[in-house]
Amino acid sequence: MTQLRNIEHAEIVHRCFRCGYCKFPEDYIDFNCPSYKAFGWDTYSPGGRMWLIRAWLNDEIKTSERFAEILYSCVACDNCKNQCVFPKFKDFLPEIFQEAKAELVGEGKIPPGVRDYFKAIATNGNPYKLPQSERGKWAEGTGLQKYAGQDYLFYVGCVGSYDEVGQKMARSVGRVLLGAGLSLGISGSEEICDGNEVRILGEMGLFAKLAGDNIEKFKAQGVKKIVTLDPHALNVFKKDYPGLGGNFQVFHFTEILARLIKEKKISLGPYAAKITYHDPCYLGRHNQIYGPPRDILKAIDGVELVEMHRNALNAFCCGGGGGNFFTDILGTGEDSAGRVRVLEALETGARIIAVACPSCAKMLSDAVKMENLEDKLEVLGIAEIIERAAKK
Amino acid sequence: MYKLKWKEKVCATCPSADCLLKCQYMSFSGHDEAHGEMMKVCRGEDSRVLHECATCYACEEYCTRGNHPFYLISERREEKGLFTAPRPITNQWINMTQMQGKYMVGPIKDKALSCCYIPDLGILGQGEIFKDVASAVAFGAEFMCPAVHTHFARMSVITERLPKVIDNFAKLGVKEVICLHDECYGTFTAIADAYGIEVPFKPVYYMDFVLDRMKELKDRIKPLNIKVAYQRPCSNRLIPDKFPLVYEILDLIGVEIPDREYQGENCLCCGEIIRSVSGYKLADDVQERNLNDMIAAGASHCVFNCPACQSSLSEKVVKKGLKPIHIIDLCKIAIGEKEREVL
Amino acid sequence: MSDILKSLIEIVGERGVSNAPEEIWYYSRDPGVLTPRKPDYVVAPKTTEQVQKIVQLACREKIPVVPMGNGMSLTGLVIPLKGGIVLDMKRMNQILEVNSKARYAVLEGGTSQGVLKAHLQEHYPHLRHSLPDAPPATTIAANVALHGQGRLTNQYGFNSDMVTGMEIVLPTGEVCKIGSPSLGPYWFSKGPTLPDLSGLFLGWLGTTGIITKVGLKLFPNKKIRDVELFVTDRVELIPDILYKLTHLEMLEDINVWFQPKPLMFLGNFHVTIYFTGDTDEEIAFKRKMVWDTLQEFIDAKDGGFMAVQYMKGMLLEMPQRAIADFADVPKGGGFEYSGPITIVEHFPQYAAKVVELAKKYDVLYASSARMISGGLCMMFSISFAFNRNDPAMMTRVKHALDEATAFALDMGGIPWKPNFMEQKMTMQKMEPGALKLMQMIKKNLDPQGIMNPGNWEVNS
Repeated sequence: MTQLRNIEHAEIVHRCFRCGYCKFPEDYIDFNCPSYKAFGWDTYSPGGRMWLIRAWLNDEIKTSERFAEILYSCVACDNCKNQCVFPKFKDFLPEIFQEAKAELVGEGKIPPGVRDYFKAIATNGNPYKLPQSERGKWAEGTGLQKYAGQDYLFYVGCVGSYDEVGQKMARSVGRVLLGAGLSLGISGSEEICDGNEVRILGEMGLFAKLAGDNIEKFKAQGVKKIVTLDPHALNVFKKDYPGLGGNFQVFHFTEILARLIKEKKISLGPYAAKITYHDPCYLGRHNQIYGPPRDILKAIDGVELVEMHRNALNAFCCGGGGGNFFTDILGTGEDSAGRVRVLEALETGARIIAVACPSCAKMLSDAVKMENLEDKLEVLGIAEIIERAAKK
Repeated sequence: MYKLKWKEKVCATCPSADCLLKCQYMSFSGHDEAHGEMMKVCRGEDSRVLHECATCYACEEYCTRGNHPFYLISERREEKGLFTAPRPITNQWINMTQMQGKYMVGPIKDKALSCCYIPDLGILGQGEIFKDVASAVAFGAEFMCPAVHTHFARMSVITERLPKVIDNFAKLGVKEVICLHDECYGTFTAIADAYGIEVPFKPVYYMDFVLDRMKELKDRIKPLNIKVAYQRPCSNRLIPDKFPLVYEILDLIGVEIPDREYQGENCLCCGEIIRSVSGYKLADDVQERNLNDMIAAGASHCVFNCPACQSSLSEKVVKKGLKPIHIIDLCKIAIGEKEREVL
Repeated sequence: MSDILKSLIEIVGERGVSNAPEEIWYYSRDPGVLTPRKPDYVVAPKTTEQVQKIVQLACREKIPVVPMGNGMSLTGLVIPLKGGIVLDMKRMNQILEVNSKARYAVLEGGTSQGVLKAHLQEHYPHLRHSLPDAPPATTIAANVALHGQGRLTNQYGFNSDMVTGMEIVLPTGEVCKIGSPSLGPYWFSKGPTLPDLSGLFLGWLGTTGIITKVGLKLFPNKKIRDVELFVTDRVELIPDILYKLTHLEMLEDINVWFQPKPLMFLGNFHVTIYFTGDTDEEIAFKRKMVWDTLQEFIDAKDGGFMAVQYMKGMLLEMPQRAIADFADVPKGGGFEYSGPITIVEHFPQYAAKVVELAKKYDVLYASSARMISGGLCMMFSISFAFNRNDPAMMTRVKHALDEATAFALDMGGIPWKPNFMEQKMTMQKMEPGALKLMQMIKKNLDPQGIMNPGNWEVNS
């Protein structure tokens, strides 16, 4: 039986020429699409995905496990959107991929990892299936208080709340912000998942619920300004919440830290280190925040900031975007994004990879181990680097 | 059909013949020769002026007796088929600026901000200085002053298109049109007047607007303390009374314009049109003299009024060690809206 | 699982072979207008040895093998006309060597144009290769296999002339080296002074073997590139204009193009003239030579130099993204062109034909010609955009292109990267002796007829 499928942008899917510009960064040094790099089939590239979506909408191919894998291996890094040569059409590439995933969710034919992720969020409120009551545990000993009308709500997100690497990052950001005299509070055990990954994975019902709950809660608490640990949260708060009635001033912690350093509210001592900075997709390409993290590092006496070949608009994703952090569809093979990325960092001669996203922190830390580079490379959050440089 | 308002008697009785004697691209032995050549043009006879004029617009400024020597030269050239540029170049300009319904109009009440058909102007016309009018943009061939075709001696294109452009603005119901392109203001005032084309709105020269705004924003101005050279565009010859505004604006933001040979009435063309009309040798020579003069005057920046001049000269300006910048951008830097580092 | 699939997995591992409907669907077509045809397997080798084993298997089982780069010929050269295996070569993408002093590079058979460009830019900024304006994902081996052209074709000939040695997996699965690498470690000659065996593979569109390594000439990369744009509305002057320009013997590249949209281009023929230099003086001198040589056309008001400033970024870009952009002019994501190689004198007739065909078939045209070897000949592209959602338009484009190829053959031109139908038309017109020689070669090299069958089918 012919299945009738439709997605919002079905009318323009055929405009892809599959020319392959989308696979590359601006200078073509290497493939910059993590799923294409990892799988090596044209079908796993943005153009391939686009042509298959067209075939699928026309019922020339059926829904299958592989088709779902092809869609869900996309890390939503937005590289393709920036490199596609077709004006106007290019802006809709990520939407088309997202809409196709949402359609798959509707059909109930999604990879097990994705299904488990939705289930965990719906049941436990987090993908780790850990109790909600433990969500604020990470903050113990930092001095961070519950949000009660402070200037900023510090929103941490699932990775920062539950993952060990993320927690470490969250604690250091909390300590540095507090130390600089910023008035902020956390939601702790009452924090709700932001829903960025749920949305990109296509579970729009669950997303609406999460976003609605968050907006209601933020409003009830009188939240005006939010500082996020996670660029993914920053993204969804900035791009999707306003349309649902949630208008808040949203900042990433690196923006606040850069400002505090400029205002001399954080005093920095010397710290001699060669550091390279990895741009998180949701901070960089999605929200064009490239400067503040670099300004912070440059403000530290003794830090030599060296760029990886692919940086800023052309940065290669850590592989954790688009829910892959949880679903692990890209896998951990030698062409998986994290491993490729840490080798690129190694080439710069840096000893430290500075990160500004808890997912990147975790993905790259794992990749460093997998490549046996622990004695050569350290993955550190920007605030952790500030703490190392802090005047004693 | 609109006809050029031309008074032959005014020319016949001209004691100075400044229109041609002051010309920087043709030389004449004295009043008699210059006057004689201009009278040939008046009478519709062949004259070397019709072959040698570089179309710099300057004679419109040099003539202080209210006649229009440049428009007349262009009219005569068209009548005789003595076109200035190669045919494909002329036609390209005509095709490129054809109205095709691909215009952009913002929410407009009684004021419009005209960006002509120059995308760069859309960016310049934003920010604090233009905050009340920035959204009321009119952009596209439908709103483009057709004056450029004078360079190609296609006055018929102007008389055909200008009334339509004016009508397009009138249809927006505007009382005022703030012209970000120098040439638009010159067209709606000087050219329209010379051809008796009625303009049912008030054209506002952007420098008048900017000067007023900068006075309002005076508290925010931090003097830039730089020395610049100013590249006066050809179209400014149509509206010489507006030239002093440059000095007023730059003075307000702490920018000095040291005297130099090729400024004011003696300014040189940016060279782009000359390249098409008179060849690269003259164009290169004009650009070289102009830029060397800027450097000799001690300027660190070349300040532009017209984006077309900026586009044609910028690469050379940079190679000479000067920095190209539009006067509006200088103002934006002075009020702290743009990073001072770009200086 | 079939025995063949099992064997393929043994050779390349599970992630190197697919017969899933998704890959089968995708690899059965290219972005042009030809009808898709499904492969049985898509295989992505990583080494020459794997390619050998795959071909040996195919030879044993008499399964067609279609080597593929990025599949952007647009003329269906990687559509598996008789099924079998599509060999996606793009995982063999290592730059094996750059000999900076001799100016050559040795690359694996799936290395893309973009990667080589970026690699040279980063590590050998004084070197460049003849980059085509095809998208950067296209591969170097495929480009030379179909006699592609690039930025340096006016100066140095077809990109296939720039090959400096090859490693080939023959249709029997044996491997051989062509040219100087057959005798030693250096990759500086594809033939001379030996019998030039490269001709057994270049231009054969993968029907005589698979290029697993290719040596490629590199050229000096001057510090400055610049461009001028000359326009005329008299098409009959184009050959003279080009003759004068090529006489200068100092230009990087010359393209002539015309298109009806946007309106500013209507009615004119545009000659884009590229030149390079290491100093401003060198550039200024070359520009002066270019201007002077065309002065007579300017004096006659028949031609002139456009203000190029605002288009410079686009024109100097390599590859030019705007070329792929043409595909989306009718908002439909496709174009295809017939690109015959012909003598320059015929430009006016070809130009007239483009306009005639566009009108007859009601399709949108753009045309661009590139000088080859200093004016010896040119590639004249007759290019039509189409909307992929409009099958009728695609059919009209196909017919227009067929007619263009018939016209080119009538005019004594040679179709470039011809599709299988155009190959047939070409062979029908070919002098019998030449055809017989092709038959002998094909029969001897590929006795089973497994290499990209349906293409250059001289035996049928």
